[in-house]
Amino acid sequence: MDISNANEFLIWTRGSGFNIAVSIFIIGVLIRILEIVLLGRKQDLAEPRGTEWGPGFKNILSRSLVDKGTFRRSPFVVVVGYIWHIGFFVCLLLFVPHIELLHATLGIKWPGLPNPLVDSAAAVTMFAMLALLIHRLMHPVMKFLSTYEDYLVWLLTFLPLLTGYIAYHRMINPYPAALGLHLLSVELLLVVFPFTKLMHAFTLFLARWYTGAMMGRKGIES
Amino acid sequence: MSKQSLLDMLQQQGITRRGFLKYCSALTSLMALPPSMMPAVAAALETARRPSVIWLSFQECTGCTESLTRSHSPTIEGLIFNHISLDYHHTLQAASGTAAEQAREQAMHDNKGKYLVIVDGSIPLDNPGFSTIAGISNVDMLRETVANAHAVIAVGTCAAYGGLPHASPNPTGAVSVGELVKDKPLINIPGCPPVPTVISGVLAHYLTFGSIPELDELGRPKVFYGQSIHDRCYRRSFYDKGKFAMSFDDEGARKGWCLYRLGCKGPMTYNACATLKWNQQTSWPVESGHGCLGCSEPDFWDAGSFYRALSIPDGDYAKAAGYAVAAGVAVGAVAGVMNRSTKASAVSQHSPVSVDDFSVNKNNNQEG
Amino acid sequence: MTTQLNIAKGINALKEQIDAPTAAFFSSCVHCGLCAEACLFYTETSDPRYTPINKVEPLKRVWESEFTLWGKLKKVLGLHKPVTDELLAEWEPLIYDGCTLCGRCSMVCPVGNDISTMIRKVREGMVASDHAPEGLVGASTRAVKIGSPMGVRLKALEAQIRHIEADTGLTIPIDVQGADYMALLSSMEIINFPEYIESLAKIFKQAGISWTLSSEAFEATNSGIQIGSSDIARELVQRVVDGAEKLQIKYVISPECGHAYTAIRWDGPNLIGRPYPFKVVHILELLDQLRQSGRLKTSGQYSKRLTFHDPCQIVRKGGVEAQPRHLLGLVASDFVEMADHGKMNWCCGGGGGVSANERADEIRLTAFKRKKAQLDEVNVEVMVTACANCRLVLEEGLEENNMDIPVIGLSELISDHLTEE
Repeated sequence: MDISNANEFLIWTRGSGFNIAVSIFIIGVLIRILEIVLLGRKQDLAEPRGTEWGPGFKNILSRSLVDKGTFRRSPFVVVVGYIWHIGFFVCLLLFVPHIELLHATLGIKWPGLPNPLVDSAAAVTMFAMLALLIHRLMHPVMKFLSTYEDYLVWLLTFLPLLTGYIAYHRMINPYPAALGLHLLSVELLLVVFPFTKLMHAFTLFLARWYTGAMMGRKGIES
Repeated sequence: MSKQSLLDMLQQQGITRRGFLKYCSALTSLMALPPSMMPAVAAALETARRPSVIWLSFQECTGCTESLTRSHSPTIEGLIFNHISLDYHHTLQAASGTAAEQAREQAMHDNKGKYLVIVDGSIPLDNPGFSTIAGISNVDMLRETVANAHAVIAVGTCAAYGGLPHASPNPTGAVSVGELVKDKPLINIPGCPPVPTVISGVLAHYLTFGSIPELDELGRPKVFYGQSIHDRCYRRSFYDKGKFAMSFDDEGARKGWCLYRLGCKGPMTYNACATLKWNQQTSWPVESGHGCLGCSEPDFWDAGSFYRALSIPDGDYAKAAGYAVAAGVAVGAVAGVMNRSTKASAVSQHSPVSVDDFSVNKNNNQEG
Repeated sequence: MTTQLNIAKGINALKEQIDAPTAAFFSSCVHCGLCAEACLFYTETSDPRYTPINKVEPLKRVWESEFTLWGKLKKVLGLHKPVTDELLAEWEPLIYDGCTLCGRCSMVCPVGNDISTMIRKVREGMVASDHAPEGLVGASTRAVKIGSPMGVRLKALEAQIRHIEADTGLTIPIDVQGADYMALLSSMEIINFPEYIESLAKIFKQAGISWTLSSEAFEATNSGIQIGSSDIARELVQRVVDGAEKLQIKYVISPECGHAYTAIRWDGPNLIGRPYPFKVVHILELLDQLRQSGRLKTSGQYSKRLTFHDPCQIVRKGGVEAQPRHLLGLVASDFVEMADHGKMNWCCGGGGGVSANERADEIRLTAFKRKKAQLDEVNVEVMVTACANCRLVLEEGLEENNMDIPVIGLSELISDHLTEE
């Protein structure tokens, strides 16, 4: 591989780099999910009061809405957490070039947003992420819980936003270098994804379902 | 160099002084000089002498020469080209064989250290026999000709970056001029072909100042390659608004919306097409409804389909993903089975706890 | 013949606890810290070590190094953090003194992790590595050897029964073969709140229910669940199952005791490895059924302003949430809910074995400040609950805070308003 100029760098990130990253991502995610689900659960012999499936799926949805008590006690984490997650998904899923990518790779498409809107979402998302990083460094509980992985994951999630913003605003020249850096940052994110807490993007559906199912069995509203 | 000045020649061709000054004014702004520099540009050009130019064509298609010479009517650009003393150009010159080579050697000898070398086409290094002229390999001819040149201009993407011959798998081992010429001033004027105004503009700059213009990191004159097609594209506002043509014949295409989704490489392409246009400023690719191919960028042939959006990866990701799914399922299944056996073995090793096992009770029992 | 409890056994026990939900939970945690705010041991101490997800660190380490390829690789490279005896010793107070297994953290976790179930699992490892607190070891030992964590023997129950029968003229049936219902009692009810037994007798007499106590299986509490030992819990559940099967009863009634309900209703069949030939019903469920079918006839209303403290194991983790409210609607004219109530209620601070663990007395009273704050908002004269352990812990906390609010059991409140025949 010769990355002597920006174009070759871009070609690599659009070609081999993307293939490598996607392969590691897919292999890693599948391993992680199979490792979990194949462990299975012991059959519950207690007579159930309710069903599992419905409450399990309901919990998948209802856990996206935060309970009142948590909001009252941690409004900052809740609000900023929503902002950055929503902002991130707006940037990821509603920016037309991204839709083109997802259409080409997954075969599905949907309408995008005008670029200036996505651009604002990116700026807001980055501010929210910075605020959460500062919060993580300051708040006694978050600081106590945080490991190097939390900061690494923060950085690797932040970089695609930052490099995307830089590429969109053409703040690094030549543009292929900026776009290449953006793709490289996304590829790094994909590579570390299966080995870090980023996996929650997939496993939270399992976690919420299992908990909701348990609650359903016992007749507790999930 | 000939004694005849550029202005003399232009006047002989029927170009008025007014027309000349208009051109100088345009040239001044093209070269990003302050308007106050226009008289100096005009004065320099008026008295510019004809430099000797040796034009070497290697692995190329002659498109670059065509771009410059096949104008429908005489233009100042074309006439500036005519003004130079083109002592060797094996496509254009009348002489052939030994006489032709003699002309080249004569020019090199007479203008030692002063002549310009213009190259179009890439140079094969795998086997010199892939491309020879008069039995001389391209690489030898380039080295020999450049040795006493004042400066070198690589015209077209092949000369500047290797171009089509250099595209994967590069069967001839083609390289750009820049790979071989390290000790002479080198100007890259990429494009497939380059905008003729850019070629003549660089020559005009050379004629005006006797030096080469300011270059970017890829050796391109910044005045012509400093901005991307995307930044200067008249369809840019549609990109920002999210209005895209989805096919070449849909309503968006008819309304002139952005061609990004049809594969336009404008965002990554640095060239002057959007401002200078082609064919006496008649139009340019995006204006005629087709996305930019990115022809003036290195490796543009290898940068994926011309008709896929820039953001779409261009490797065989479907195949890679297919293998990854198979590998992930296989390894994941093994990992899952291992987990089950880890747990089963822990369960089988379980030794039941009774309340007598707690050390608190053991100690109490001993005491009691 | 005793087994040597040690760290290897502890780690093995933790390995036994890993299942798909646990692995999904660990994979999903993003260290957001929101569970801390749901835990009264964090909110009242501001000590981040009490963050619920931090409490499960030993189990997390076992999961990562034994049940993930990535963790196994880290282990090979020497990058993993092993579970050591020191770690378990350090975590013991977090697991036993600073957690009532109330399950409130499991309700707020945004990724849906059931953290309290994982803490229960960590206790298995603590027991197997001899890291259980002395108070719980003592209670478990008494439960196994004497039959009750408080050392209550049949003689004591019989004495209470004689008192009640003499005072009220009611009959408390014992060992009635083929009765429909077999009532269980908690030691605390026998010793501290015998009025519960009296209430049952009154209500069941009015409703015409065929019921009995068992001389061999009257104890509902299960210290094995609290200390976190399936082996001990199984032995205790088995006694109840044996007693019920011997009398061939149709229903076992779980009393006003939180973890007893979890033990007999939800964990029991899984501990003994088979479904029961009888059904388990909580006393509040039964009373509400009687209300619905018109067999619970009350008259008059309790007019004092009162609130209901939801016992965690019965409501949040047991699913008996609507029934106490229906019953209160019957007899209380001025019932107010606390701000967080029902499945989001705050624990009394003494469940999950905390009240049986003297070492935790101080932090338990600190944690009670949460309940005090809740009570201060509603300004009530009386508290009603449905768990004898909650009741004792609440009484102690209220007294400590000089709050003059009596705590009464819900069954008792109902029985006080039964229509006289």
